[in-house]
Amino acid sequence: MSKSLLGKTISELQNILEKKEASATEIAQAHLKHIEDTEKKIAAFNTITADLALKQAKATDDKIAKKEPLLPLSGIPLAVKDNICLDGYPTTCSSKMLENFSPPYQATVTQRLSAAGATIIGKTNLDEFAMGSSTENSAFKITRNPWNTERVPGGSSGGSAASTASGTSVISLGSDTGGSIRQPASFCGIVGMKPTYGTVSRFGLVAFSSSLDQIGSFARSVKDVAITLDVMGGHDPLDATSYNQKLPGFASELEKPIKGLRIGLIKELIGVGIDDDVRDAVLKAVETYKALGAQIKEISMPNLRHALPVYYLICTADASTNLARFDGVRYGHRAAGVEDLLSMYFKTRQEGFGPEVKRRIMLGTYALSSGYYDAYYKKAQKVRRIIKNDFDEQFKELDLLLTPTSPSVAFAVGSKTEDPLSMYLSDIATIPANLAGIPGISIPCGRGKDNLPIGLQLLGPALKDAVVLQAAYAFEQATEFHKQLAEVVTHA
Amino acid sequence: MAITTKDVEHVAKLARLALSDDEKERFAEQLGRIIESFNELSSVDTDQIEPFTHALPLLNVMREDELRPLLGSETLLQGAPDKEGSFFRVPKIGD
Repeated sequence: MSKSLLGKTISELQNILEKKEASATEIAQAHLKHIEDTEKKIAAFNTITADLALKQAKATDDKIAKKEPLLPLSGIPLAVKDNICLDGYPTTCSSKMLENFSPPYQATVTQRLSAAGATIIGKTNLDEFAMGSSTENSAFKITRNPWNTERVPGGSSGGSAASTASGTSVISLGSDTGGSIRQPASFCGIVGMKPTYGTVSRFGLVAFSSSLDQIGSFARSVKDVAITLDVMGGHDPLDATSYNQKLPGFASELEKPIKGLRIGLIKELIGVGIDDDVRDAVLKAVETYKALGAQIKEISMPNLRHALPVYYLICTADASTNLARFDGVRYGHRAAGVEDLLSMYFKTRQEGFGPEVKRRIMLGTYALSSGYYDAYYKKAQKVRRIIKNDFDEQFKELDLLLTPTSPSVAFAVGSKTEDPLSMYLSDIATIPANLAGIPGISIPCGRGKDNLPIGLQLLGPALKDAVVLQAAYAFEQATEFHKQLAEVVTHA
Repeated sequence: MAITTKDVEHVAKLARLALSDDEKERFAEQLGRIIESFNELSSVDTDQIEPFTHALPLLNVMREDELRPLLGSETLLQGAPDKEGSFFRVPKIGD
C-alpha cells in the first residue's frame, strides 16, 4: 500500500483520501519512510519534521472522520526551503551563522499552506543564504540530482527540487532571486514557478536581495503548482512589498485554450552559449506550441546581454545590506573569546559565513562604496530599467516569451565550484525575469545528454501568471515528459 | 580594473568581515575578474534613463497606527547568544 502512495499528484492523493483507501497519516508515513530510504543518497533535507507532519496529518484525518470537506491541500506532503521560517523548527539557510536558530514566528506561506491542510515533512537544503546555482554552497551537505547522483540538482532551491523529483514530497517551496526555483526545476525534470514579484508574501523569508526575491513552488505537474499558488498567493499586510489587489483563481483557469496565443522566441537565448541538446528540445517544444495553435515569432532582445552584470551588482548590493543583520548580537552564531564589540562583529561574520556569501558581501559592499556607487550600483539600476522597458515593449505585441530554462542539463558535482563566473552564467536565461519582476515557469520538455531532463521556460507580463500557467498546462497535456519519474520514485 | 589586497582590506573593513591572508588574495583575484567583466555596462547609454525602483507600481504603503500584539522580549531573547534580564548582552564597546 505505502509504496503506491508515492509519486502522486494532489488530486490523486485527495481521491485516495476521499475513497478512504488511505489516511493522511498513512500518506505522511509513506513519505517519511521514503525519506528514510533515499536521504542517504539524495541528501535533500536539513531537518525532517516528522512530529509536525504526523500531527498535521492526524488533524486532517480527524476532519475526515467528522465528514468535513477536504481543504485544497489536505494531506499533501510539503517540503519547505530552509530559508523560510517554520515556527519552532530550525531555519538555518544552510549557514553556520544560523545553524542553531529557530524562529519564534511563522512565515505567511507556511501558515497559509498549513491552514489549507498541508503536511509539512521537512526543511530542505539550499546554497547558503540562497546564493548559488548548484546547492554545493551549503555549509552542511551536497544535495544530489535524483536522476543521476553524480550531478547537481541545481540551486539555490536544490533540496526542494530534489525532494519533489525523488518523491519525498508532492509539492515544495523555493525562493527565486535569479532562477533559484526555475533552474533546479529544469535540472530535476519537474515544474517550478516564480510568480510575479509581490504576489506571494515574503514575510518570514530570510531576505537575500529584496528587490528580486520571490517565493514560489515546485511540483510534478502544472496543476499542482497552480493549486499551491492559489493557496499561498495574495496580499499580506505583513509584507509592505506585497501586491495589494485580489489575484485571479489559477487552478480554475488552467484549461483555457491557448489557440491564437502569441509567443516570442528570444533569439539571444537560443543561440550561442546554449548546448545543442537543450536547443533541439526547446525547438521541438516550439513545434508543439504551433500544433496547439499558438503563433510563434522570433524576436531579438539585445540588451539581455547586460542582464548578468546588472543582476550581480544589484543582488550583491542588496545582500551586503540585508546580511548586515547577522552581527552575533540577537540570534545566530557569535564568535567566542573576543575582547570587544567590534572584534565580535568581525570574527562572528568570518566564522559564520561561507566563501560564496563572503564573496557576494564583498562585491556588494564594493559596488555601494564611496566613489563607485554611481559607476556600478546606480548604473545597474538604470540598465535594469532598460531591460524592463524592453520586456514591456515586447509584451505589447506578444502574450508570452519562450526560452530554455538553463543553457545546459545538470552539470557534474564539483565542476564549477572553483570558477564563480562560470557558475553565474548558468542563470543567464532566468535572471531577466527577476530584473523585470515578471512571472516565469520551467516545465520539463525533453531529455538531453546522459538522459538528463531539459526545462522549457515561459515568461509572461507582470500579473499575467494565469496565462503562463495556461500555456504550461497546455504543453503538459500534449506531452508525456512530466509523467516520467526518476528511478528513485518508480523503484521505491 | 585590478583590485589589490589593500582594496580588499578596505572593503572587508566596511563589511565587518575578518579575512585570512589567503582569502584576501583569492578575493582580490576573483573580484577583480568579476568587476572587469561587469565594466561592459559603462558602454550602455543611460543618460535619459531613470534608475529602476520597483517592479509594481506600489506607492506609500500605509497602515493604521494601532496597537498589535508583539512577540515580547522573553520570546525574542530565546535565540540570544548572551543575555542579562531583558537585555541582549554584548562584549565591551569601548575602553
